[in-house]
Amino acid sequence: MIITKEIIDFHGLKSEEYSKIKLLMNREPNYLELGIFSAMWNEHCSYKSSKIHLKKLPIKNKNVIQGPGENAGVIDIGDGDAIVFKIESHNHPSFIEPYQGAATGVGGILRDVFTMGARPIALLNSIHFGDPNNKKTKNLLNGVVSGIGGYGNCIGIPTVAGETKFNSTYNENILVNAMAVGLVNKEKIFYSKAKGVNKAVVYVGSKTGRDGIHGASMASAEFDENSEDKKPTVQVGDPFTEKLLMEACLELMKKDSIISIQDMGAAGLTSSSVEMAYKGGLGIELDLDKIPCREENMSPYEMMLSESQERMLIILEEGKENEARQIFKKWDLDFVVIGKTTDTKNLSLKFKNEVVASIPIEALSSKAPLYDRKWVKKKLDKKKFNLKEHKKIKFDKAFFELISSPNHSNKKWVTEQYDQMVMGDTIERSGADAAIVKIHQKDKAIAITVDSSANYCKSHPFSGGKQIVCESWRNLVSVGAKPIAITNCLNFGNPENPEIMGQFAENILGIKEACEFLDYPVVSGNVSFYNGTNNNNIYPTPVIGGVGLIKNLNKIQNHRFKKIDSQIIIIGKTFGHLDQSAFINELYDIHDGMPPEINLLNEKNNGEMILKLIESESINSVHDISSGGVILALAEMSISSQIGIKIQKPQKTSNIFEYFFGEDQGRYLIEVDNNNLSKVEKMLKDNDIYFENIGITQKEYFEIDKDLKIKIKELYELNNRWYNIFNGLNN
Amino acid sequence: MNSSVIVFPGSNCDRDVATALINLQFKNKMVWHKDSELPKSDLIVIPGGFSYGDYLRSGAIAAKSNILKEVIKAAKSGCLVLGICNGFQILIETGLLQGALLRNKNLKFVSKDINLKIINNDNKFCKNYKKNSIINLNIAHNEGNYFTQKDHLKELEDNNLIPFKYCDIEGSINESSNPNGSLNNIAGILNNKKNILGMMPHPERMVNSLISNSNGIELFTSILSK
Repeated sequence: MIITKEIIDFHGLKSEEYSKIKLLMNREPNYLELGIFSAMWNEHCSYKSSKIHLKKLPIKNKNVIQGPGENAGVIDIGDGDAIVFKIESHNHPSFIEPYQGAATGVGGILRDVFTMGARPIALLNSIHFGDPNNKKTKNLLNGVVSGIGGYGNCIGIPTVAGETKFNSTYNENILVNAMAVGLVNKEKIFYSKAKGVNKAVVYVGSKTGRDGIHGASMASAEFDENSEDKKPTVQVGDPFTEKLLMEACLELMKKDSIISIQDMGAAGLTSSSVEMAYKGGLGIELDLDKIPCREENMSPYEMMLSESQERMLIILEEGKENEARQIFKKWDLDFVVIGKTTDTKNLSLKFKNEVVASIPIEALSSKAPLYDRKWVKKKLDKKKFNLKEHKKIKFDKAFFELISSPNHSNKKWVTEQYDQMVMGDTIERSGADAAIVKIHQKDKAIAITVDSSANYCKSHPFSGGKQIVCESWRNLVSVGAKPIAITNCLNFGNPENPEIMGQFAENILGIKEACEFLDYPVVSGNVSFYNGTNNNNIYPTPVIGGVGLIKNLNKIQNHRFKKIDSQIIIIGKTFGHLDQSAFINELYDIHDGMPPEINLLNEKNNGEMILKLIESESINSVHDISSGGVILALAEMSISSQIGIKIQKPQKTSNIFEYFFGEDQGRYLIEVDNNNLSKVEKMLKDNDIYFENIGITQKEYFEIDKDLKIKIKELYELNNRWYNIFNGLNN
Repeated sequence: MNSSVIVFPGSNCDRDVATALINLQFKNKMVWHKDSELPKSDLIVIPGGFSYGDYLRSGAIAAKSNILKEVIKAAKSGCLVLGICNGFQILIETGLLQGALLRNKNLKFVSKDINLKIINNDNKFCKNYKKNSIINLNIAHNEGNYFTQKDHLKELEDNNLIPFKYCDIEGSINESSNPNGSLNNIAGILNNKKNILGMMPHPERMVNSLISNSNGIELFTSILSK
């Protein structure tokens, strides 16, 4: 077949990229080879636009065992235990086919974790939808939530935390990010780097079908009005087979027979084989007649580009084939030797006794295009919100509206569709500042959180980047965990647009600065560009997944008030920053202005103080202050405990709206027993921590000055408004 | 006391229930679904999960597996059998327990902590609970909406074969405290001989107050006590 311009376009390659292919190959590629190049050179697999920026991120601290570049990141949590974790996007497939898109997103990230030898112990997600009133939203939300649940519930990994957000920026491009966390013995971690020539390359798991062909390329382009037609590029998930594959792999990993292992994710057989060979400085030869196929007459092109799920590639030690085969037989899975490693540094594919493709491995990996795309700095948005210029609104009415809004209402209608308790080690689940999962049979736990703040990142990508790292850190601190490292999923628009590329570049710099200051490095992650439809790009939405360690299970904390008549204190200074707050977003529909400033020094001091207070068992409860300000944080503490509050705004502060709805950063609320008050105040003063006593807990009523008084029960109802509406709609 | 936990390829609460049993001093063995022999057992547990993926009716294929033939024999000769969640669905499919577990009323998977009232404690599984006390356990299922025919329901009620019903925090058994649409808020049932219990809630998830709560412990200690 002659390679025409149409064929090159169809494969998402630019003409200069095609010229580069010819140069690297020293000839014209055939159709199969072109397909393989397009699978490896697309944005999703090659990181060609992001790589030079990602290199700036800190990736090490004393706990990091494996940083970016492997299937997932690995951190040391002591006693020979290590935690493996990563977050990944499945945005494009989920918009086209919400149930399967979301389900296979969960499946894919789980494979990344158990490929490294870890048993997955927790799942998290960050899902973003358009306006709740948009006609597509309801379907997408239902599909995505049941897809996430359908996969995680069946395979039996608890979905312990997540976030569900709504904003019209996602009307035509939702975000579905899934994170998986696993536990592994530090000495038994498996990597994807191949070693040795003439070693057997083994295909295990499901058969290869025609689903998901061009999936990675589809995820590397914007949507248009024909995106519905891309349905066949979405893979179909089978959690039961994944369970079998997971158990079989973990069983085989107990033996010393695996040299390297890689899951077939984006770009399937192509990327897994190329990656293993490239990392080992080797070549690989595959006999495509041996690939287990689900459908008849599949061509080499279809086999190499299929993204059928629940498949793995393993390179085995000599003489271990039979032992390994027995294990996969026990689990009723395919196990076929499909090729061998070579010293040619070539990817060589045979089909019906003919060589049908031969490509230098380096051309597909290290020689892939790398772009330093043009980018522009975001101009400062100097507009300031002034209450006096807007319609008057009563304080209590404003609060009621905010707490019953889709973004701030109770999200049980989502989380109750996820099994959060299977595996029996979930201590804190959705609704807490961070989830807490006990390390099985040990007296320690990890805390996990997933966070984003797209409106901050949109208005100022640099400080938004800093803020989101800090928020993640704060959430872990609030449950008593020492934050260790993060994984990030960077969801952005079209990188060929200099403004979007600028958002990305500046955002990375913000993330970098906060990560360095807090010694909170990035160990894994994923970039998702081209989130947008017809030139409408989404808000820049980096999602951060953070993991921390709790060494002593008796020293954990949560956000539920414990007692009546105890003291409530705000840690950190309240300036009343309303620009970009939930208050002006939701109530005035105003989206201008700068996000709150981040003071990393205060952030660190305040957080470390919280850890000391928890460690010394001096406080009854603690909650970080985030979207919605002090009042939303107080409401969450009250609703979850059924204990009320009686609060007085400190005299010197100016405005009640600014004080309670402002979103100044680095702040926490703590509840202190009267007996501990003087001790806590002394600790705060001795450490130069700014704090304000704002009131006490009380029975039954949620009360602020003379401006707000409501029964907790009624507050609970308000907070459940969306839950009820959605349930009603679903029936 | 010897216990056996049956493991299907898609079981996912097998480890959880085994951990609970071992911590409470049961001598436990895991039994693979392809096995055709049961170790000597005083208690057989069929744990939660998705046995064979449950793409067909939940538990339907598991009920025809090798090991279930042995479980049925043992159950008929009086061995204690506990089916939790998917285990309950499998017991129904084998016919060891009667009725049906339909899809949840709202057609969605439901996972949450619920309150249960101990309706009957005169059986091997519940005697350490106080009658009419309220316990808190976790549920996580798609098909837990128990249904049975009128005559059988009467039989269940008359013969004290319903150990627990879903209730609210004060113990009221009504529609709003029913998480899945179960007939009369039934959360579990016994066979006539009271040696087989099927239940949707997961007692093994509530055996450690450091993690959740310990309301599930008495179910296992009841079995242990003579």
